[in-house]
Amino acid sequence: MNTIPRVVLRLASVLILASTPALTFAAEENLFDEYRQMMADDNPAQLAEMQGEEYWKTAGGPKKQTLQGCDLGLGPGKTQGAYAVLPRFFADAGRVMDLETRLIWCMTTIQGRDPAELSGKAFSKQGQPTTDLEGLTTWIAGQSRDRVLAVPVDQPQVRAAFEEGKRLFFYRAGPYDFSCASCHSQSGKRIRLTSLPNLTTHDGAVSAYTTWPTYRVSQGAARTMQWRMVDCARQQRLPELIVGSPVTVSLLTYLAASANGGKMAAPGLKR
Amino acid sequence: MGSPMKIRAAIKDGRTEVKVLISHPMETGLRKDSEGKAVPAHYITEVVARHNERVVLSAIWGPAVSQNPFVQFQFAGGAPGDTVSVAWKDNQGDTRSDQLTLA
Amino acid sequence: MKSDFDLSAWPPPSLFSRRHFLRLGARLAGALALLPWVPGAAWAAALEAVFKERTVADVLKGLGDDIQSSDQITIVTPEIAENGAVVPVTVKSALPSTTEIYLVVEKNPNPLAAAFIIPDQTEPSISARVKVAQSSNLIAVVKADGKLYSATRETKVTLGGCGG
Repeated sequence: MNTIPRVVLRLASVLILASTPALTFAAEENLFDEYRQMMADDNPAQLAEMQGEEYWKTAGGPKKQTLQGCDLGLGPGKTQGAYAVLPRFFADAGRVMDLETRLIWCMTTIQGRDPAELSGKAFSKQGQPTTDLEGLTTWIAGQSRDRVLAVPVDQPQVRAAFEEGKRLFFYRAGPYDFSCASCHSQSGKRIRLTSLPNLTTHDGAVSAYTTWPTYRVSQGAARTMQWRMVDCARQQRLPELIVGSPVTVSLLTYLAASANGGKMAAPGLKR
Repeated sequence: MGSPMKIRAAIKDGRTEVKVLISHPMETGLRKDSEGKAVPAHYITEVVARHNERVVLSAIWGPAVSQNPFVQFQFAGGAPGDTVSVAWKDNQGDTRSDQLTLA
Repeated sequence: MKSDFDLSAWPPPSLFSRRHFLRLGARLAGALALLPWVPGAAWAAALEAVFKERTVADVLKGLGDDIQSSDQITIVTPEIAENGAVVPVTVKSALPSTTEIYLVVEKNPNPLAAAFIIPDQTEPSISARVKVAQSSNLIAVVKADGKLYSATRETKVTLGGCGG
């Protein structure tokens, strides 16, 4: 007679243990929202934005030119709303470009800077100052805050990049036989405590794409979508992606266009 | 020296609310770089904020203040045309001062 | 733009309680002898020793002998911080004549994180962001009308994964 309650008790405790992680997970997600919101109005990414705006308006590079003649797609010097309609096809360059690739192109053609250096040293190391490209990208993306994303998928070149990006997203490679989709094609998944957005759904693509560039608390730096692509490839143990390469632009075109209709909320703030 | 600070200030009901973001690594001296070498301590030790010439906040910080520090406070008074300035000094002798004019 | 770093207006007169000054001063009596007689600099130098203390008990001892807990001090922090490298914290004192606010993080290698001097015209409410090495108590110490008070709030921190 005594053994039955004991078994029941044991079963009950097993059930409680099994259900605890799920409950804790849901609660933690909400609590992180609180943490992020407490800093949203005073996001340190504003420091990168200040630096980017300053760079945009100051003559620089071997040719001593400002970037105010740079056409981000809406006409020379126009930054308001430009990020929300990128990537797009640029006839002068003959290819589809995301913001960062376009900025490198402008800094090269207008200011005479070295494209290999801009691409090779695109991101700041921990504790080091924000790079020109990070500052510019963060500031210009911020100039599209609250705009609705409208990547021009009616441009045939953009459509082609989208299809290529989608293929790359699901392409398994490297020593771990990993693809982007390995981590980002199921809902409700996470790595440790960080939620992984399901980028194959509209909501997932919107929540991810519209909050980049972002201030990355763990690195004390503003990070951009090109950085995200390069670092995801590193985590997959793939060969190093080149900043501004067609692979990065195609992946970004797929991600951005999948989020079309979402409202830009960059710069964001993440763990 | 150092990068510009982002200072925001708003006059509200006879008070001025000030928010400051400072670009600074705030290295504790305990972190190691990718080659395993200790990164030397580098952090802001003193901060002074002024409304025109009057000191409205002073602070002494240790390395446990977060990277790219933020501080927010409110003082009585403040009128359009007044200045709000913030100055900092770090343990390596670097200093910086920025100011804004109240709108 | 000011290029000097003038601490001469620091601290406010209320800080010259003889006892307070002697306590802190005695810790660095040797060093103080080498410094010019600038009140602000002496105060900052004395506090420097407290910043080097390794336990909360020693930090509190360094700030003053008699600290009473008070419900007139409010500490606002997130319930749980996603990353201990940046934990937003607001300390607000409803105690009359608040002149100093200290932020102490119990389990940090050096618990004293920051000290603020609140002049007459400034609200006794400060927001800042501090590093919290592990889940621990955050203690706010407030000096009001020459006496020390404190409040405590637990802060949980986690480390994130490798995504983003």
